[in-house]
Amino acid sequence: MERIPILKMGQFLLVTIQVDMHDQLAITLQDDLTNRIAKERSRGVLLDISALDVVDSFIGRMIANISSMARVLDAQTVVVGMQPAVAITLVELGLPLEGVHTALNVEKGMALLRRQLAAGAT
Amino acid sequence: MKSSSRLAGVIKNHEKEILADWIKEQLASTTLRGDLLKESELREQSRAFLAAVQAAVQKGGTEDLAGPAWADVKQLLAEISRARSLAGFSPSETATFVLSLKQPLFSRMTAELKSNAAELGEELWSITLLLDKLGLFTIEAYLKSRESVIERQQTELLELSTPVVELWDDIVALPLVGTLDSNRTQIVMETLLQKIVQTGASIAIIDITGVPTVDTLVAQHLLKTVAATRLMGADCIISGIRPQIAQTIVHLGVNLGEVTTKASLADAFQVALKRTGATIGKAKAEAAGAV
Repeated sequence: MERIPILKMGQFLLVTIQVDMHDQLAITLQDDLTNRIAKERSRGVLLDISALDVVDSFIGRMIANISSMARVLDAQTVVVGMQPAVAITLVELGLPLEGVHTALNVEKGMALLRRQLAAGAT
Repeated sequence: MKSSSRLAGVIKNHEKEILADWIKEQLASTTLRGDLLKESELREQSRAFLAAVQAAVQKGGTEDLAGPAWADVKQLLAEISRARSLAGFSPSETATFVLSLKQPLFSRMTAELKSNAAELGEELWSITLLLDKLGLFTIEAYLKSRESVIERQQTELLELSTPVVELWDDIVALPLVGTLDSNRTQIVMETLLQKIVQTGASIAIIDITGVPTVDTLVAQHLLKTVAATRLMGADCIISGIRPQIAQTIVHLGVNLGEVTTKASLADAFQVALKRTGATIGKAKAEAAGAV
């Protein structure tokens, strides 16, 4: 079965979506990711959606859900690399993803996660 | 004798006289714009048009203007009206060009058919119909060229009105001028987001000093832009909010939420600099001078 790879980078998990998201894939990703966070005791998740150029309301909600689930497991989620068209679509769909952290690219996302972790630790 | 071939014959036989009469008519007319059109040009246009009409009547008759015989006449007429509309002629001034041909044609035809009143009436009627149709066509061509100008200006306005400028490393600004409607918001959003991707900016300042009024719709559009910017991973600051606009926003019950707002672009820029960790200070000129 098709799966989205989840890479471990120290305390963080890196998820790069490089295929067209369909609903089953999204559900599998939610399962895998929550399992990995629990297993690796990760503190942050980078969700790279720069290759995603079409979204619907389901995928939009999936992104919000992943972020909420990760937070329950004490991991911060940063969504990085959203395309302009995707951002406009999500806003027009009424899904501004309140409470989800965003960054322009993986580098900035990683910096943001480190900052948050440092702020939380002190 | 068929009506169309008689008209063609009359024009052919008396082309010089008709042309002279017609030009005299046009020159005497109050709607002539001597300031916009030279007499030589007028003569050339009239001559070409009369010759084209003659050829078309001979080939295709006066009834069917949609036929291929009239294509040349129409093209010529379209060119003339386009040129006149761009030069600043009014619609009636443009249409007079064709309509003033009636008088010379009528008088020629009357001279030709003096003895036969019934036939004369028929001929005059067909000439009237023909020239009226050509007149309407002139107006249409005139309006079309005007409309194309308006359309082009509208798109130019849309493109011009949304410049995204780079203020500093990581900081872009979007000075908005004019009313925000949904069409413009779409373009504003797209250009801003595109620029953020290009420059990798982490802060975008939207300056609304040039927006005359902010109603609920405009506010909603602004909030949408801010939300989309945030999704891209950049912060948004709205600046240039005038006192009246601040009052209207509150009176309307618009909730700007957690969007950072500043009164002036300078303030917004300072906040942006602070957030990106940059500082600007005065050069120590005074201190150097004191030593």
